[in-house]
Amino acid sequence: MSERTLEIDNVSKQYRLGAIGGGTLRRDLQSWMARRRGKPDPNRKINSNRPLEPTTFMALEEVSTVADRGDALGVIGRNGAGKSTLLKLISRITAPTSGEIRIRGRVASLLEVGTGFHQELTGRENIFLNGAILGMSRQETASKIKDIIEFSEIEQFIDTPVKRYSSGMYVKLAFAVAAHLDPDILICDEVLAVGDVSFQQKCLGKMADVARGGRTVLYVSHNMRTISHLCTRAIYLENGHLLYDGTVSRAMDLYAGSGVRTVERNLDELPRGKLRGANIRMLSMRVIGSETMEYQMGGTMEFALTFRVDIPESRLRLRLILKNHAMSPVAMTQTDAFEVRPGDQPTIRVRFPLDFIAPGEYSIGLALVDGDPKGRSFYYDSLEDVGHFIISDNPALTDGFTWQENLWGNARLARLEMEWQ
Amino acid sequence: MTNPNEQWDIIIRPKKKWLDLNFRELIRYRDLTLLLFKRNFTVNYKQTVLGPAWVIIQPLLTTLVFTVVFGGIAGLPTDGMPSFLFYMAGNICWSFFSSCLTQSSKTFITNRSLFSKVYFPRLCVPISIALTQLLNFLVQFLFFLVFLLIYALKPNSPVHPNFAMIAFTPLLLLQTAVLSLGIGIIISSLTTKYRDLNMLVGFGVHLWMYGTPVTYSASLVMEKYPHLIGLYMLNPMTPIIEFFRSAYLGVESFSLHYMPISIGTTLAVFVLGLLLFSRIEKTFMDTV
Repeated sequence: MSERTLEIDNVSKQYRLGAIGGGTLRRDLQSWMARRRGKPDPNRKINSNRPLEPTTFMALEEVSTVADRGDALGVIGRNGAGKSTLLKLISRITAPTSGEIRIRGRVASLLEVGTGFHQELTGRENIFLNGAILGMSRQETASKIKDIIEFSEIEQFIDTPVKRYSSGMYVKLAFAVAAHLDPDILICDEVLAVGDVSFQQKCLGKMADVARGGRTVLYVSHNMRTISHLCTRAIYLENGHLLYDGTVSRAMDLYAGSGVRTVERNLDELPRGKLRGANIRMLSMRVIGSETMEYQMGGTMEFALTFRVDIPESRLRLRLILKNHAMSPVAMTQTDAFEVRPGDQPTIRVRFPLDFIAPGEYSIGLALVDGDPKGRSFYYDSLEDVGHFIISDNPALTDGFTWQENLWGNARLARLEMEWQ
Repeated sequence: MTNPNEQWDIIIRPKKKWLDLNFRELIRYRDLTLLLFKRNFTVNYKQTVLGPAWVIIQPLLTTLVFTVVFGGIAGLPTDGMPSFLFYMAGNICWSFFSSCLTQSSKTFITNRSLFSKVYFPRLCVPISIALTQLLNFLVQFLFFLVFLLIYALKPNSPVHPNFAMIAFTPLLLLQTAVLSLGIGIIISSLTTKYRDLNMLVGFGVHLWMYGTPVTYSASLVMEKYPHLIGLYMLNPMTPIIEFFRSAYLGVESFSLHYMPISIGTTLAVFVLGLLLFSRIEKTFMDTV
């Protein structure tokens, strides 16, 4: 029977929003004195009967899960879902508001690479210091220092102060220390975003080894590829709630599907980047001919787009950027250039042929760009994610094969031609 | 299913208890404390020309200035002792206390980025600071002993070390360390919320020095303001420095009767410090 190493039991974490306390001792004392004497708080907002209490925010709400030896648990969710808060609670950086977390063994957390490195110390000195910070004894570090230096690939510079390191070297050294820690639970929060690809592969391999060696790995990432590669189980968080706990593929589907799949959408209210959507703004979008946003391979999507123009006469193109379920761009297509006049509020009808797109779930980004670019295109308005659609798999069209997105990608190319010679 | 009687190594709960310090864990992390201590020392003197010589240059110069300004120009009496020795004794004790206090008071602020990313018993940091300062003190103390020897061997020297009292030196140092750490961690805990205290520490410690017999002798206060002496003696550092001078120089001091008050204050401050620290350390990341 596998041994349990981690139990998270109904854990919640509440943060206070806004300024915490008065910020200065004088104001806090003033408020406290006034309260004691039953007088109104001089620091309270006028016309408000509530005491000066900032609103609260639940970063996590009654989350429960467990992990055993050998588990590589992926933590998936959008920004602000509570992933990092959960890891912070497990690594004891801050205490939960309610609930309990039980841990067996030693925890090593890599919430950020190179924490505890001191700029002035050499690589070797930092290995000892960082090892101790992560909970290793001096003898343990000493017995592993050879492996650590070898793994880090920076033997040459090991006696140089780390302030002279490149950021890549820094990451390599830091990960090497953590990886050789032999913790019972290893916690990683997107630490692999830095470092070159081959080193990333090496780190993922090392983490997989850690899990296979009968330890527990908790891994947070937005990179679904590494999650699916490494994890044996996943939990999906949304707005502080744990919505799913089970297989990696289902959790990834939930993550991808957490976008909106509606037929009609108000685009005016979506957030945009700086300086986007000021002069030309997309207002609304309506999908024509589909109720479910589910399409056959080789089908065509049709939608109507309304936008507003506030700039002098100009030529535009509508650009469509297709993204896969991991939100990495897959392809781009755009219309011919067209004329618009100031004060216009045109509605255009767009046909998007879905040829060559492999089965799977996708999201659409829309942008109105300069019709005749000089080198780079200028974005008048752009929206990262206006909606999701699904292209359903039809083995009849792929010669009886089920499309395997993680192996074959998102483009369904024209058939190979061959002849006998 | 899990068995409720199973042993868990770590149980993380919302903070509820007042004193929730895990001393066993602190001992398990002793290697970290030692490495931090080593780090403090190495980092202080990297890329300096004189290196560790600064440990002794600074108190020697300060003592020299005190001797000229307070002993020479102001002509303050030094209980009949050579003024250089008198000021040096006060000065090294005080700088041990004040540097311990100032540095440990910044525990949470200077280590914010470290504390926000990794867990270890936070008390390791102030303890390592005290160790670093203790080492500095011992180096200065060695130089003090050299000067003491020079003066004591002179014919008709007024310096008469009291060896029975000297035996208490380790305890005296422990008390100074505990007192300064106590105050330091109280301030560090409060500065997570009230940054005002940060401002206060710098000049507060400076003012405190003048409320302590560092640049003058306590007997002078007794002579000029006898009715205020009770208040004056509430300062826990006063008996400590007076004790040190009595032990090594042989000054007769009335203030030793006040030692129990000083020890009591020290313990109270330290316990209060631990209470605050253990309360703050779990959640300070949300406020700092």
